[in-house]
Amino acid sequence: MKSAMFRFSYSKIMVAAALLVLLSLPLYTGSYLMHVVIIILFFGYLGACWNIAAGYAGQISLGHAIFFGAGAYTSTVLFLKAGVSPWIGMWLGGVSGMLLGLFVGYLTFRYGLKGHYFILATMAFGALTKVIALNLDAIGAAQGLIIPFKASFVNFQFTGKTPYYYYILFMVIGIVLVCTAVERSRFGQILMAIREDEDAAESLGVNTFMYKLLAMVLSSFVTGLVGAFYSFYIGYIHPDTLFTPFLSIQITLIPITGGLGSVFGPIVGSFILSPISEITRGFLGKFSGLHLMVWGVVIMLIVILIPKGIIVEIQERLRPKPKTGEDQSL
Amino acid sequence: MNSELLLQGIASGLLIGGVYALVAIGLTLVYGVLNIINFAHGALLVIGMYASYFLFTYFGVDPYLSALVIIPLLFVIGGLSQKIVINPLIDAPPHVCVFVTIGLGYFLENFLAFVWSPEYKNIEVSYVRSIISLGEVTIPVTRLITFILALLLTLALYLFLKKTDTGKAIRACAQEKEAAVLMGIDTKRIFVITFGIGAACAGAAGAFILPFFYLGPYVGHTFLLTAFIVVVFGSMGNFWGAFLAGLIIGLGESIGEIFLPSAMKEIVSLSIFIIVLFFRPSGLMGHP
Repeated sequence: MKSAMFRFSYSKIMVAAALLVLLSLPLYTGSYLMHVVIIILFFGYLGACWNIAAGYAGQISLGHAIFFGAGAYTSTVLFLKAGVSPWIGMWLGGVSGMLLGLFVGYLTFRYGLKGHYFILATMAFGALTKVIALNLDAIGAAQGLIIPFKASFVNFQFTGKTPYYYYILFMVIGIVLVCTAVERSRFGQILMAIREDEDAAESLGVNTFMYKLLAMVLSSFVTGLVGAFYSFYIGYIHPDTLFTPFLSIQITLIPITGGLGSVFGPIVGSFILSPISEITRGFLGKFSGLHLMVWGVVIMLIVILIPKGIIVEIQERLRPKPKTGEDQSL
Repeated sequence: MNSELLLQGIASGLLIGGVYALVAIGLTLVYGVLNIINFAHGALLVIGMYASYFLFTYFGVDPYLSALVIIPLLFVIGGLSQKIVINPLIDAPPHVCVFVTIGLGYFLENFLAFVWSPEYKNIEVSYVRSIISLGEVTIPVTRLITFILALLLTLALYLFLKKTDTGKAIRACAQEKEAAVLMGIDTKRIFVITFGIGAACAGAAGAFILPFFYLGPYVGHTFLLTAFIVVVFGSMGNFWGAFLAGLIIGLGESIGEIFLPSAMKEIVSLSIFIIVLFFRPSGLMGHP
């Protein structure tokens, strides 16, 4: 039902056109714009990952940064200490994100934490992971880790931005396909049933614990997968940037802006929210606090004005109004 | 392990626990009545600190005395915030309210950072170095005054909730909203007042800790996290639960500090938090 909009042919044309523009983008953009689009796609991807657990299964996690951070640290440490190529490291990063997700999910769902308690528990795990990472010398503790730059395909280090761009673009296409598959599958239908009414789903014989855990595992795996990209694109990782609650919150706001529980919601949300964040930081960054002040206002406005997100709001406007008795009498 | 150090740890833990209790009572009250987790609570505490800093630096007002101004000020700020940004969403799903308070927190904190630079500051009251010795334990006078005032304010708030009509209306809303409406209670007004009281608790705590705690726009984060821990530990919405849990968490942190390196002291309270969430999410006072 959520993807009804994209059954209209003009929606398909829109998606195709957007894809064409995105695929040809490096032909006509400069380095800065390229960076901005990379960031937009990157956050769109993260938002889509979070959306699997939160949007479909209704489990609002405020600790998703730790799955991403686990992926980034796994791939970086393997590369620095053992020379493992990030192309392999990214998958191991995904696995380590998934193991963390399994751990958090198993404990929280096992003890039936819901609603506010689940939000607080995931937040506590986020804070705990940050404290541990800041004190773990094996992963650079509070110094962080620097990846020395040596351009090569195997090292996932490139001189231009274009390879990074295509990488993240294909990741985004991949996650859109995954989310579409989830949405259309029985698995996705069950997740949505749990989101709408967990007790009802349970009473119909659904093993809600298992399905919530599976949603969490899938979500944390794909979140961890993109960690390697961030590490090697930026070249420096630190617990304060990777395990911060700020990142967890940023991830959540993107699908909320675009539309919770919709395939394209996170991507559209990121195209709206990430430029606002980048531009305000660019123009207002010299006044300390001002850009985050604006950010706070943007969050409040979005949540108050479009609580269901842009895509869902548009869908509701586009969908033909159900005929009322009055209409039929005419 | 010498007992001297342990006794000292217990004393300072209890004293800071009184502050945790006051901060958490504000949070738990708002949760109990409005059913929202207020992520802006830490920012409200920092506003209290800044107001107290301002009054001390420019007018020479003692930080403890400044609470007389800060409590009404934060009550108004809290009430207005509730009216403007939270009230429109009062019936929305819980996560929506969470995000609006996150936005509010960012706005308030960064407003302070923008207006008064994000640098850390502190004040020095004339009695900052006075201490009281009880056998082998030494207690700084500032910490003792803070503890006593936090205790008195908690007691005053308890009496307010117990004895006055408004207080009774607040408790009625916390117990059964629909019944409260049927009894003719204006719940919208009660929501504004409750949020104002919650903010005032945070602000007063901010003023009380200023004599011995550094000030910066983002120092509220640690207190917010601690307050969440305390509120869940003491059963969400439970007044005395929050009070007791505040003291226990204060003790836990302070004793943990003796055994662990200072950077790791948060681990103690976070571990308590996770254990409580798993084994008894209803908290100390709740029914399992």
